[in-house]
Amino acid sequence: MRAVMDVLPYLVAAWVFLAGCYGLATSRNLIHAVGCLSVCQVGTYVLLLSVGYRDGATAPVFSDVKPGSRPVVDPVVQALTLTDVVVGATVTALLLALVIQVAKRHGTLDPDELSELRG
Amino acid sequence: MTRRARLWVLLAGGAGLAALLVAACLRLPHFGGKSHPYGDRAVHASLARQTANTISSVNFDQRAFDTLGEMTILFSAVLGCVILLRQTHDEHRARPEPAEVAPPVRRYALVVLPVALLSGLYVIAHGQLSPGGGFQGGVVAATALHLLYLGADYAALERIRPVGAYEVADALAASGYLVMGIAGLIGGTAFLANTLLPYGTFNTLSSGGTVPLLNAAIGMEVAGAVVVLLARFLDQAVEIEEESGT
Repeated sequence: MRAVMDVLPYLVAAWVFLAGCYGLATSRNLIHAVGCLSVCQVGTYVLLLSVGYRDGATAPVFSDVKPGSRPVVDPVVQALTLTDVVVGATVTALLLALVIQVAKRHGTLDPDELSELRG
Repeated sequence: MTRRARLWVLLAGGAGLAALLVAACLRLPHFGGKSHPYGDRAVHASLARQTANTISSVNFDQRAFDTLGEMTILFSAVLGCVILLRQTHDEHRARPEPAEVAPPVRRYALVVLPVALLSGLYVIAHGQLSPGGGFQGGVVAATALHLLYLGADYAALERIRPVGAYEVADALAASGYLVMGIAGLIGGTAFLANTLLPYGTFNTLSSGGTVPLLNAAIGMEVAGAVVVLLARFLDQAVEIEEESGT
């Protein structure tokens, strides 16, 4: 059981990432594809946070915890996850703006129908 | 390539990638292990500079230069959205019809709006002490304003949300962050180095040197960016219509 718990969070991250990739490749709708890309990115949040976890530790915020009294989780990967979330949100917004333009110019959201070049 | 063939190629590639990922996971340091050399050093550096929230210290002190890059990504993404979602010559603006709002929704939205806005500002202001900071608080404050759209209607939202002012605030906050960095250069140290201001007393609002200031700049930038983004998307959904036919 212990051996499973040692790697389970990493495997969950890999599984979430692959599930997102599968959705991205088989998507029939661009909005759905943008959602799948977000799922891929969620896999990286899970990976980062599980790399930083420490048994029995609390959040690395010392406003109500005396420094040194308890172990804390790794703050570096938490900050990286915050960066990841922000970049993910902006990329999603930009992609959705592109999807709106595609829908207006081509009248479809199915990526398979966009294969022929136009104008 | 047919959909079926494509699916088989995907499955083959996915199986290979999955095998590699599992092999990599098995060699990673065990989950929950005791060895976190970077984390320990980050906590030590944060406490030495009187910043209670280590994550803010990592973002706005130890990695302040990387946060400048992150802020630039946010800024350019907003710029890209504004350009992509502008009104084109074959579209026109229609005044949105005032919509009926159910009285409980209206009451709830109007009660929660000031509370949510205040919480957003609180989260920004206490970024160096408690969980949160400019990024999180900025999003809370910006979305709080949009409760007015749920509780009243689009015209009411547009009255309290002059998009031009938020665009200017966004740009000012982004340059404010840069100016803080240049102030470090003029003060004789390095770009964005947190050595300019006194570190203050641990666990008080004015602790952490430049961390609260950079935090506030990011909060203002994120709030402006989210308001501008949502305004562009709402314009597309509510106001802008195609000229002819559909």
